[in-house]
Amino acid sequence: MTGVVKVKHSSPFKANWWGRFGWVLAILYAIYAANFLDVSWTRFVAGLGNGADFLSEMIPPNFTRWQLLLGNLLETVQMAVIASVFGILCSLPIGLCAARNLLPNWVTWPFRTFIALCRSFHPVIIAILFVKAVGFGPLAGILTLVLASIGFIGKLFAEAIEEISMKPLEALRASGAPFSSVIVYGVLPQVLNRFIGFSSYQFDVNLRNSTMVGIVGAGGVGGTLFAAFQRFDYDFLAAILLSIIALVMMSEFMSVQIKKVFQ
Amino acid sequence: MTTDQNNMQVSLPQRSIRIENLFKEYVPGKPILKDISFEVQGKSSVAIIGASGTGKSTLIRCVNKLIPPTAGNVFISGENITKLQGSELREARRKIGMVFQEFNLVERLSVMENVLCGRLGYLTPWRAWLRKYPQTDIDQAYELLESMGLYDFARQRADSLSGGQRQRVGIARAVMQDPHVLLADEPTSSLDPKTSVEIMELLVALSEAHDIPLVINIHDVELAKRFTSRIVGLSNGGIVFDGPPSELTEEHLKTIYGGASWLQ
Repeated sequence: MTGVVKVKHSSPFKANWWGRFGWVLAILYAIYAANFLDVSWTRFVAGLGNGADFLSEMIPPNFTRWQLLLGNLLETVQMAVIASVFGILCSLPIGLCAARNLLPNWVTWPFRTFIALCRSFHPVIIAILFVKAVGFGPLAGILTLVLASIGFIGKLFAEAIEEISMKPLEALRASGAPFSSVIVYGVLPQVLNRFIGFSSYQFDVNLRNSTMVGIVGAGGVGGTLFAAFQRFDYDFLAAILLSIIALVMMSEFMSVQIKKVFQ
Repeated sequence: MTTDQNNMQVSLPQRSIRIENLFKEYVPGKPILKDISFEVQGKSSVAIIGASGTGKSTLIRCVNKLIPPTAGNVFISGENITKLQGSELREARRKIGMVFQEFNLVERLSVMENVLCGRLGYLTPWRAWLRKYPQTDIDQAYELLESMGLYDFARQRADSLSGGQRQRVGIARAVMQDPHVLLADEPTSSLDPKTSVEIMELLVALSEAHDIPLVINIHDVELAKRFTSRIVGLSNGGIVFDGPPSELTEEHLKTIYGGASWLQ
C-alpha cells in the first residue's frame, strides 16, 4: 500500500444490509400481526370508556376488611422473604458452578441446563405444577419463587463471574492458593456488589410475583385479589391494589438502604 | 531420559532455579520456546530480554506451570516442578514468588488483604475464608508494608493506590510466600521511569536480603544492564546471549531485537 497511485478508500463504516432487512421485516410483521389480531383504534377507544367505568367503581377503596387484607399481605411478605433467602443461598453455588471461565465444561453444562430449565417457564406455570404437586397454599408459592430466583440470579451471577478480570486469579494460583481460596479472595470480591444488587432486585420481583401466584392457589394476597375480581368487589379490589403498591414501594425503599450498607 | 529427570529430588544448593531443555509449543510443530536452559543460584539476578512475542512471558509462566511446558524440566531448589500435579504442585508454587506487569492485585480488597494473599498457599481454605491468619503472618505483613513506606495504606483498598505503590504491594505479596525464587514479568512496564528504577532497586535488594535468585522479564535494556548481574537474550524462542551486561554488544542487540536503526 505504499504506491504513489491515489487510492480511493471505501467507507470505513460498512452498511449492514442484513441488519436493515431484519428491521424492515420486524416492522412489517408487527403491522400484519396487528391486523390479524383485530387490534384497532375503535376497540381501543371503546376500551377506554369501559376502563373509566371500572375505575369509578373502585373509588373509594374499601378497607373495612383490613384484617383479612393484612393477614394476606403478611403471608405474601413471608413467602417472598423465605423464597428469596433460599433462592439466593442456592443460586450462589449454582451460579459459581455455571461460570465457564472457572470450571471445565463437564461441570458447567449440567448447572447451565438447570438454570435454563428454571428460566424456561413463567412463575405462574411453575406455580400450577407445584399446586398439583404439594397442594394449595403458600408452600407451592415458595417453591415456585425459589426456582424463579435460582433461574434469575444464577444466570446473572454466572455471567458476572464470566466478566471478571482473571489477572488477580493468576496471581493467587501462582502463590499456590487452593481453588476455594482463589474463589473467596479472587472471585467473590469482584462480584459481591453485583450479587447483592441482583439479590435485592430479585427480592422485589419475588414480592410482586408472590402477590400473583395466589391466583392459581399458591398462597398470598393473589387469591383474595382474584376472588374480589370475580365477585365484582371493586372497592375491596382497589384496597388490595393500593396495599400492594405500598408494599412494593416499601421494599424498594428497603433495598436502596440495603445497597447503601454494602457500598 | 536420564536418571536425573526421573528423580524428583536432585542435589542442588538451596534457593536456586534451574531450567533444563525447556520446550513449549502452543501449536504442535511450532515451538515458541526452544531448548531453554539456564541456572540461577543464591542472590544473583538475571534479566531476560527479547522482543515482544518471543516467549518471555511464556517462559516465566512455565517455571510455575501456570502454563505447562511441552518438554523439559524446571527445578526449584532441587525439586522438579514439571512432574508435579494437584496439591503437590500448589505446595511447590509457594516457593515461587511472582510479580506481574499489571500488578494483578485484587482491586476491591484492602492492601493488607492483598499482601496476606501471599500466605494463602499455607492456609487451610477454612481459615482463609474466616480471615484467620496466624499472628506471625500479620506481623510480617505490617513489617513489609512499613519497610516499603505503605504502612498507612494497609486498610485502604488496593485500587486507591498509585502504580508504583501497587507494584510494591504486589512485591510484598510475593515476599510473604517466603519464596525460594522471585519471578518478575515486566514489573516496570506500567510505571514511569523514576518509579521503574525504584521498583528495580527494591527487587534486587530483596533478592540480596533473602538470598534468593531473581529472574526478571524486561524489555528496557538499560534497566536490565544497570540492575542485574546477568542477561539472557531470547530471540525466536531460543537463547542467543547469556552473559554479564558488560559483554552485551550492539551486535547481540541486533540479533535479539532485529534491525539496527533503533540503536543510538
